[in-house]
Amino acid sequence: MDDLLSEFLTETAESLEVIDAELVRFEAEPNDQGILNNVFRLVHTIKGTCGFLGLPRLEAVAHAGETLLGRFRDGTVDVTPAAVTLVLESIDQIKVLLGHLEDHQTEPEGSDADLIKRLEHAADGGLTADAAPEPAPAPAPEPAKPAGEDNGKKARPEGLADDVRWDEDLGRELRPGEVSLAELEAAFASVEVEDFSNPPDAPEEAAEPVAAEATAEPEPQPERPIEPGDLAALLDAGSQAGGDVDVSSSGPRAAQSIRVNVDVLEHLMNMVSELVLTRNQLLQMVRAMEDSEFKTPLQRLSNITGELQEAVMKTRMQPIGNAWKKIPRIVRDASTDLGKKIKLVMEGDQTELDRQVLELIRDPLTHMIRNSCDHGIELPADRMAVGKPEGGTIILRAYHEGGHIHIELRDDGAGLKTGRIRQKAIEKGVVTVEEAANMSDQQIHRLIFAPGFSTAEKVTNLSGRGVGMDVVKTNIELIGGAVDLVSREGDGTTFTIKIPLTLAIVSALIVGSAGQRFAVPQLSVVELVRTGSNKENRIENINGTQVLRLRDRLLPVMPLNSALKLNSKDENANRFVIVMQVAAHRFGLVVDEVFDTEEIVVKPISSLLRDVTEYSGSTILGDGSVIMILDPNGIARLAAFDTSKTGTQTVAEETRKLVEQGDQKTSLLVFSAGASEPKACPLSLVTRLEELEIDRFEMTNRGPVVQYRGQLMPVIHMSGSIQGNENGRQPILVVNNGDSVVGIGVDRVLDITEDVLKVDIGDETPGILGTAVIGGKATEVIDIGHFLSQADYDWAAGMTGEKKAQSSVLLFESNPFFRNMLAPLLQASGYRVTSVATIDEAIAADIDPTTFDVVLADVDNDGEASRFLEQLSSDDKWRAVPRIALSNSEGKSIAADFASCVRKSDRHGLLAVIDQTASLKGRAA
Amino acid sequence: MSSQEYITLWIGGQLFGANVSRIHDVFAPTSITPVPLGPKEVAGLLNLRGRIVTAIDSRSRLGLPPRDEEASIMAIGIEKGNESFGLIIDEVGEVMTLDSKDREDVPTNLDPVWAQIASGVYRLEDRLLVLLDIDKILTFGSEAEADRPNKAA
Repeated sequence: MDDLLSEFLTETAESLEVIDAELVRFEAEPNDQGILNNVFRLVHTIKGTCGFLGLPRLEAVAHAGETLLGRFRDGTVDVTPAAVTLVLESIDQIKVLLGHLEDHQTEPEGSDADLIKRLEHAADGGLTADAAPEPAPAPAPEPAKPAGEDNGKKARPEGLADDVRWDEDLGRELRPGEVSLAELEAAFASVEVEDFSNPPDAPEEAAEPVAAEATAEPEPQPERPIEPGDLAALLDAGSQAGGDVDVSSSGPRAAQSIRVNVDVLEHLMNMVSELVLTRNQLLQMVRAMEDSEFKTPLQRLSNITGELQEAVMKTRMQPIGNAWKKIPRIVRDASTDLGKKIKLVMEGDQTELDRQVLELIRDPLTHMIRNSCDHGIELPADRMAVGKPEGGTIILRAYHEGGHIHIELRDDGAGLKTGRIRQKAIEKGVVTVEEAANMSDQQIHRLIFAPGFSTAEKVTNLSGRGVGMDVVKTNIELIGGAVDLVSREGDGTTFTIKIPLTLAIVSALIVGSAGQRFAVPQLSVVELVRTGSNKENRIENINGTQVLRLRDRLLPVMPLNSALKLNSKDENANRFVIVMQVAAHRFGLVVDEVFDTEEIVVKPISSLLRDVTEYSGSTILGDGSVIMILDPNGIARLAAFDTSKTGTQTVAEETRKLVEQGDQKTSLLVFSAGASEPKACPLSLVTRLEELEIDRFEMTNRGPVVQYRGQLMPVIHMSGSIQGNENGRQPILVVNNGDSVVGIGVDRVLDITEDVLKVDIGDETPGILGTAVIGGKATEVIDIGHFLSQADYDWAAGMTGEKKAQSSVLLFESNPFFRNMLAPLLQASGYRVTSVATIDEAIAADIDPTTFDVVLADVDNDGEASRFLEQLSSDDKWRAVPRIALSNSEGKSIAADFASCVRKSDRHGLLAVIDQTASLKGRAA
Repeated sequence: MSSQEYITLWIGGQLFGANVSRIHDVFAPTSITPVPLGPKEVAGLLNLRGRIVTAIDSRSRLGLPPRDEEASIMAIGIEKGNESFGLIIDEVGEVMTLDSKDREDVPTNLDPVWAQIASGVYRLEDRLLVLLDIDKILTFGSEAEADRPNKAA
């Protein structure tokens, strides 16, 4: 392709992106002359260049668009959405023409008379008397004519009569904004130029020295060659020296940047990568030699290589704003199409990241923005109905953190509809009904990232074509990034994308496990801990799960060899724990050896290994061997350190195990709260121990809460109120409760100890399981579940309490532990509960069957259960009450007259089933 | 026009033929880095003149028993897409020009795994030569993916 033409195409594509974005801004702020001037100048430049290159069709469209823009600027035409749409339409048409130009190097056949007519009509619509004489012939200027014009309107006082001007060369009246050939020539003649001897290129070359001397553009764009049209503008602005034109010299910048083909940069980058590898290889060889004469020069080489690498990397860095340029337009078009009002806020567009990464996130980001517009933000009427402002807001934010770029996309729309996603996921076979029932809301929300998942009920122009979030997720993960979301129905959704700054070279820690070496990206390594059986930091076991006591926290750890199913020969090797941080989760990876850190060039993983999420790539080390690079995200997933997976079920199961365990030793957390005697709870139930400043606690009408790791954590204090210790801090036991966390305030954490937990279950005080002797002292063992349900009540009350209050439940449970656990839970969830331990107790209480909606019966204790059931079946009144069996054994066979069977530890499942069953009864009656 | 050149290979006592145009290298693989948790067909990764090559064990791909640990191995280098693969085999034979008139379709009673990677059978004088479909022998990854569509969920 002609160099000049290809240059023009590149440049114009860039200008068009800017115009898109600027116009949308302008629509919102019609009084901002700066934006308008910028747009006007860009369109004008395009028009000018088209004329110069002999592209009449493009020029005509650009001219018509420019005319309308000129009217905006004069104030003779009001800036209305319709008018802006029209301008945008002309921009789109220019894009179409450019596309054809790029493919065929000529303009397509046909004409844009219709569009131009509409543009001119719009321009005429607000025409005032002084501009009225303008005729409206289809613009068809001679291709070769440099269509310069005076750009002087910015300097000319508004409303000044613009006398009809006749151009002798053209033999017609000049259109507004056009300059006569004679004037143009005069302008050229008055400028001293260095080289006029090269006629075809003359105007362009001539322009540059001028630009260097006195750039009069409001926003200099150094990379852009100066067009003849600008020249006229310069002269005009220079001679009038007024208005808002900045005549100050920022010219020299023009010489400080050049355009370089991306391929050249890519090649350079690859060469540098290889150079780094070779250097590493050399360093390794020389390291093995004593007193080598190569040491000094090699050191130098090493330093230079390092600097070179850095410099080349810099050439690849671009502000993320480049990937965002299209977004304002997308949002604008979407809001117009959908009839929604959407405000877009973009923050941190100067955040720089690797060009390659930038390219890769562009499409996912665009897709997500579209999704937010389409599914996220509601229609104005719907928003008003729920008391939100009419217009929705989408916030796009980027920032650096720990060697990563974080991109946050937040909308204040409807949020994800958990129920619909669940239903859809089941319909599409993404999950089974049972799986879905056991998933937390957060997990359900994440299903939108599953392949082939799209919830849009109707396929719109924008989204819902089924290539949805799974592609987004795959694309982001391909570049070593992670994407997650938080959504609350009614409040909106926040997506967070975390991506590495650069893909090419990363610093990695080389570790060994079971005789094999692996690379761990240094970015996710927080610290290294040496451990061993006689060391301070030793790894301990809780029910087969390994944890490390690290300062005041328990860190879940996982041996790499078991994660990767490697056969380790020596179990007792001195081991290291690599403490890693993945998103909000911290965990430890146990390895046998830690070698050193090395700069590695990440080579993409083979397509055959793409399913193995534990690796992010592979690389060649200095010694020539190939090693796998571990993907911290994948390892975290593998190790099930995802906090959303630990929940109440686990809490309840653990408690049950502890009760059944008998003489086995258990790790216990001993603390004081309220009364003087120590209290304890199984350590495994506590996710984290925290000490939070007392002023971070805030009061709500549901009790104290604290902002913790990006969510609100309700806090229940065992001794009544938040007091804090002498340092003004409040120790908190953080307990993970399904998808929310609950904090339990205590006075002081005393100890973590291992002891046989033998609880005397006689205690009836709510929240206390009983008393045990721990470390030689009588200690109250607390029932975490009780405090959880207290907190859960706070969460659930607003949503479901009212309805359930009408249901009453008879709980038959012979095990006192579960009776004590379930009764408060059910009460907390809004049921009236009567609990009995034996059939005799039930008979003695003389309960009226008709007052109950549901009977919950423990079927684990066979003798008592069958007696109870016999009793129930023998009475007609009881037979009318639906029954739910409670069991802890999987697949327990239950009698046919039970509506269903639920595991005692499955809180959410239980509540759901009760609700359902109770409503059944209502309908039957 | 009706004859083509093939490299002959031995895998588990069976003679195979691979189209010469698809074979980049023949090399003796050394220091293969295993990939824990990877598909069983992937023997590991190795460095071949600065490129990372994914080594595929033909025996495990064909469902044959593993060879003796002592046994020497060879590999043929294949380029597919932008990636380099090495197919580990027992032995490399010679380059043969085969006439397409001797070519037969894959017998219908062949083991499905074999039938999938074979594109034909040549009747040589003393034995049969199974033509390897190079692309098919490298495509178990995506099939595995198709088998578990729920993985990402």
